[in-house]
Amino acid sequence: MAEIVLDKVTKRYPDGALAVSEVSIEIADGEFIILVGPSGCGKSTTLNMVAGLEDITSGELRIDGERMNEKAPKDRDIAMVFQSYALYPHMTVRENMAFPLRLAKVDEATINQKVNEAAEILDLTAHLDRKPANLSGGQRQRVAMGRAIVRNPKAFLMDEPLSNLDAKLRVQMRTSVSKLQKQLGTTTLYVTHDQTEAMTLGDRVVVLRGGHVQQIGSPQYLYDNPANLFVAGFIGSPAMNFFPGQIAEGSVRSPLGTVPLPDRLKQAVQSGSGQRDVIVGIRPEHFEDASLMDDASRERGGLITVKVDVLESMGSDAYAHFTVDQGTSIDSAELAELAADSGRTDTGSDTGFTARLSAATRAKAGESIELWFDTDKLQLFDPSSGKNLVEV
Amino acid sequence: MTTQGPNPAETAAGSTAVAEPAEDAKRGNGKKNGKSALSEGKRAERRLAWLLCAPAVIVMVAVTAWPIIYSLWLSLQRYDLRFPDDTEFVGLDNYVAVLSSGYWWTAFGVTLAITVVSVAIELVLGMVLALVMHRALVGRGLVRTVSLIPYGIVTVVAAFSWYFAWDQVYGYFTGPDDAPLTQTIPSLLIIVLAEVWKTTPFMALLLMAGLALVPDDLLKAAAMDGANAWQRFTKVMLPVMKPAILVALLFRTLDAFRIFDNIFVLTKGQNDTSSVSMITYNNLIKGLNLGIGATMSVLIFISVAIIAFVFIKLFGTAAPGSDTEGRR
Repeated sequence: MAEIVLDKVTKRYPDGALAVSEVSIEIADGEFIILVGPSGCGKSTTLNMVAGLEDITSGELRIDGERMNEKAPKDRDIAMVFQSYALYPHMTVRENMAFPLRLAKVDEATINQKVNEAAEILDLTAHLDRKPANLSGGQRQRVAMGRAIVRNPKAFLMDEPLSNLDAKLRVQMRTSVSKLQKQLGTTTLYVTHDQTEAMTLGDRVVVLRGGHVQQIGSPQYLYDNPANLFVAGFIGSPAMNFFPGQIAEGSVRSPLGTVPLPDRLKQAVQSGSGQRDVIVGIRPEHFEDASLMDDASRERGGLITVKVDVLESMGSDAYAHFTVDQGTSIDSAELAELAADSGRTDTGSDTGFTARLSAATRAKAGESIELWFDTDKLQLFDPSSGKNLVEV
Repeated sequence: MTTQGPNPAETAAGSTAVAEPAEDAKRGNGKKNGKSALSEGKRAERRLAWLLCAPAVIVMVAVTAWPIIYSLWLSLQRYDLRFPDDTEFVGLDNYVAVLSSGYWWTAFGVTLAITVVSVAIELVLGMVLALVMHRALVGRGLVRTVSLIPYGIVTVVAAFSWYFAWDQVYGYFTGPDDAPLTQTIPSLLIIVLAEVWKTTPFMALLLMAGLALVPDDLLKAAAMDGANAWQRFTKVMLPVMKPAILVALLFRTLDAFRIFDNIFVLTKGQNDTSSVSMITYNNLIKGLNLGIGATMSVLIFISVAIIAFVFIKLFGTAAPGSDTEGRR
């Protein structure tokens, strides 16, 4: 149990490359914090600095108020779970889990008791005398967790612990990791590149990019109030649709038509008089098949008729992909980078839209359909800085 | 030796059909269907395999198997080139003669001592060298090249330079009243020194391959688990490297047991410094006693086989990567 504070922690490699730049995070006791971002964003480096596996170039790391920068990993009382699990291949499951206790010179009876307890929690009792090579991926992952929890450390660090599991098991283990953390109440710092894991697991999420913190907040807050284009595009699946627009006289003109701005946005953009270019964002789930809406609800949003290119039925809902003719294309370096970071090519300038519709929709590929969208949920971003026009 | 003979590919189709499922069962995949279609391709493949192996097998038989069999045959005869008319089949008499001779057992003891001491020192030094080469951040290439130089020098040349270093007259390590190469223990120590100097880089090279098998994450995990550097080395690195270490030890032990050139140059085997290879040479080439010489070489062969057997069966040595223990 501990409070971990990163105070302007920076990592610069000897060759001058800046991996992590002035990251400040305050992690409360028992909190579950997720570090998320595309590969190379510095999240693992940050974790390694907290672990003590990498030196901190500048800034301070405090655990329970005590400066940790110079302490060796073994003196920080932190346990870590690796993506590769890093189980000792020559030891049985029991020996693997007992290893940190043996090193700490805990007496044999206590070791046995703790290992058995952890095995009980993780459902590993039947496998205690097997070698890691004979275990399945999920079991190895649990052994790695077990090795971390037996010590009852101040904090857990997890470096993409679920990435090597297949999709179904990952979802299962995600739930059990979350449960385990709640049960033990241990401060946890969890690194992932998977925004779904970030959204579902954490109390708070730290979005990193290029070594800089983009935004810190609860998953829902990040979803509702992304600080910039990057966070908006990274959080949420399928990703937010972005397209160019102009604000003039309290309304926004965009490929979706000219719609009045909701009050929330009106205030934010008031300062700029006259016309102003913006990037508009709307999430796929804020579209709906207009024919499924009652009149009262339709009043609150905008309407647009589009030709559906592809319709993907997910069972619970349907993803309609369509394109909209737009006057100008967005020329935002931010968006281009976001697309590259997230491995997508269809974000931004070529205006492919995705709408998430109720499964009841009668939309068909190649046919036109009237879509309703929630103007309340529009997000406006500055095209040059990428910042959300609404201060968050 | 036949390379084309008992080839399942060329036997009747019936026996092939019997052989196939047995092999499938051995591999643990119970393939039931498409057997005939498979065996057609397999047969061609197997024939090709035999054909491709044939040249190597023929050469091996000519240069290895035949000499072994011939020396076995010689070892059962009284056969001295000085008395060629006296040649006679004597059964195991030569073995009795060698095994009851003090010279043989002295040489055997000396060989064993040199082997154990030099391999032990090489293992420790080689490990240190391997760690340095593995961890070196700057000038890694230079460090590796420099440390491999001794291994690149011909043993006899290196042995002569050691000889001159310790020689009573010219030696720069010795004074006029000091002749270490004429005393048993100092001679043996110098032999071990020459041996260690020469082959430590080889050991380091083999161990470095083993070090590469230890994942970085494992050492990081051990550091997080509270292990200090020494504990990480002994409790994680060494056990994970065990297969590579055993292979390195096996290679070096077999090699060291056959030690010849260093002794030949440094002491010529005088003052009880002969190894088994040395006295075999003395009997076979110098003494022209083919029967006794062949007997000794067969005994060396048997000793080497026993060493290999001990390593493989008792310690579980296997080629790196081929045993499941080293893998995750």
